[in-house]
This record gives sequence, C-alpha cells and structure tokens, in this order.
Amino acid sequence: MDRIGRFVRGFGRFWYDFIVGDDPKIAIAVAVVLGLGAVLVGTAGATGVGVVAALAALLLVAFTVAMLVDVGASRRRG
Amino acid sequence: MLTSAEWALAVTVFIAAIVELVETLTIVLAIGLTRGWRSTLTGVASALLALTAFTAIAGYSLATWLPEAALQLAVGALMLVFGLQWLRKAVLRSSGLKSLHDEEEEFRATTEAARKAGTDTRLGLDWFAFVVAFKGVFLEGVEIVFIVITFGLSADSMPVAVIAACAAAVVVLAAGVAIHKPLSNVPENTLKYVVGLLLATFGTYWSLEGLGIFSESNEPLSWLGDDWALVGLLVAWFALSRALVWHFRRQAPAATAPVPATQEV
Repeated sequence: MDRIGRFVRGFGRFWYDFIVGDDPKIAIAVAVVLGLGAVLVGTAGATGVGVVAALAALLLVAFTVAMLVDVGASRRRG
Repeated sequence: MLTSAEWALAVTVFIAAIVELVETLTIVLAIGLTRGWRSTLTGVASALLALTAFTAIAGYSLATWLPEAALQLAVGALMLVFGLQWLRKAVLRSSGLKSLHDEEEEFRATTEAARKAGTDTRLGLDWFAFVVAFKGVFLEGVEIVFIVITFGLSADSMPVAVIAACAAAVVVLAAGVAIHKPLSNVPENTLKYVVGLLLATFGTYWSLEGLGIFSESNEPLSWLGDDWALVGLLVAWFALSRALVWHFRRQAPAATAPVPATQEV
C-alpha cells in the first residue's frame, strides 16, 4: 500500500514538474485567463474575433506580471 | 506539398527535438563511456519501449475521446503553459539572471557522478548505468512526445510531426556517433528561446480557439486573419520577451552577468 502511495505521489510530482515547472504563477495566470474566457464565451456568448484578441493580450499581460513578480521576489531574497 | 502551417509545425518539432536529443546524448555518452555500453544501451532501449507505449496510449486517448474544440483547448493550454516555462527560462538566461545551459559542464558532472557511484548489479546489469540512461532518455523523450502529440493532433498533421522528430533523432545520433562527445557547439540556449516562442504562439492560438467548446455551437472560435494571426502572436511574444530582457538588464546592470553574443536571439 505504501509502495502504491509512493508511486502515485511520484507520478503526480513528475507531471507537476513537467507541466507546471519551477514557477506555478505562469500556470495559474494561464488558467485564470482561460477561465475568464470560458465564462465570457459560455455565459455572455462573446465569441467575436475582438474577444479572442483581447484574451490573447491578457495572456501577454499575465505572463509579464508573473515574470515581474518572480524576478522581484528573487531579488528581494537576494 | 506542405502548407505554411505544416512547415511551421515541422520546424518547431525539429528544433525542440534537437534540443532535447542533444541533452539526452550528453547523458548517454557520459554514462556509456564511464560505466560501459551494455547496461547503458539496455536502459536506452527500455526507455524507447516505454516511450512508444506512452505515445500510443496518450495519442489514442486524446484523439479518440475529445471533440475538436476540447482537444484544442486541452492541448493548447498544456502547450501554452509548457511554452511559457521555456520562454521564462530563456528570458532569465538572456537577462543574465540564470546561467546558460552548458553541455560540456553537464557532461563533466554526469561523468563525475558515474565514476563515484558504487557497483550494484541487478538482472545482470550495472543498475546505475541502466537507471540513469533510462531516466535520461525517458524524461527528455516525454518532452519530445508531448510536443509531437500536441502539435500533430492540433494541426491534424501527425505524420509531419513524427517525421520532423525522427529527422532530428537521425541528425543528433549521426553527429553523436561521428564526433563521440557532447554536441556543445549547438546553440542550445538560442534554440530553447525559439522553441519557447513557437510553443507560446501556437499554444495561445489553439487554446483560445478551443474556448469555442463553451459556445452554443461547440465550434472553435475564429481569429482575426485566421492563420495569419500566428505571425502576429509570434511577433507579440518576441517583442514582449525582448522588452522583459531589456527591463531586467536595465534594472540591475551590475548584478547581470554578460551573456555571450552567440547565445542571444
């Protein structure tokens, strides 16, 4: 049982490291923007090219914020 | 005749596979030359078998169970997160905030570890050599498989993606056999930057298209200019990454280590 638990933990850890990597802020930023997009498309019926372009711009902003927070935090830590 | 989208796909997969395979070759050479080839190559062959099974299961599951828009959303989102991780590291490396990947150093470190490791024989194999070769090939291979599957399925051009990855394997293997040492002259950091940009571009395009799964029609959303939007996205991600590099370098010039010109995009 302990062996299975270790395998499951190891398996989960592997995929977390593989996809999320060192900085979970980026995965969170992408999830937030896509989640917002899902709400806009699903509830407001916003499917125009303008909405797609705006969400793309939001992804760029989200990445910028994640990078600035990341570098700022590591500089503060010294 | 390949379309422009298929060419872009082939180039992305080829470059990404080259980067991963160069790293794999370094590990395999370091272990093989230090601990002997029999156990190392058994590890390599076992990893290739495991990768084949993983590819078949993952590819079949994704292609069979997900509708088009959901597939684009799922693989696009994964590709986007994955690509932005690569882009993040590339920005940090170009800013001098993260050290550049060095195959010679990697080779030295792995060789040293292989020399120091004790002897543990299992199933008639040098277990250290087997495990390190297996892990090296499997972990780097999963990244290639991931890119091949996501690109191949999203662009509906699996053969192009597979051929591009196989071509990269032939090139790296031939170079490795010919020179018998790590391929440290490959501009790996630049290639990683390019792959990060391309993954972020295609990931943005497909994941936002895939949001159409939540619409009444369940059809993928459209981009202004259709496929031409990819060019706009690539320019936007490139411009943003350069702006971030410029900002981080300007912020702390004293703390920023010089980055060799050949490694710059």
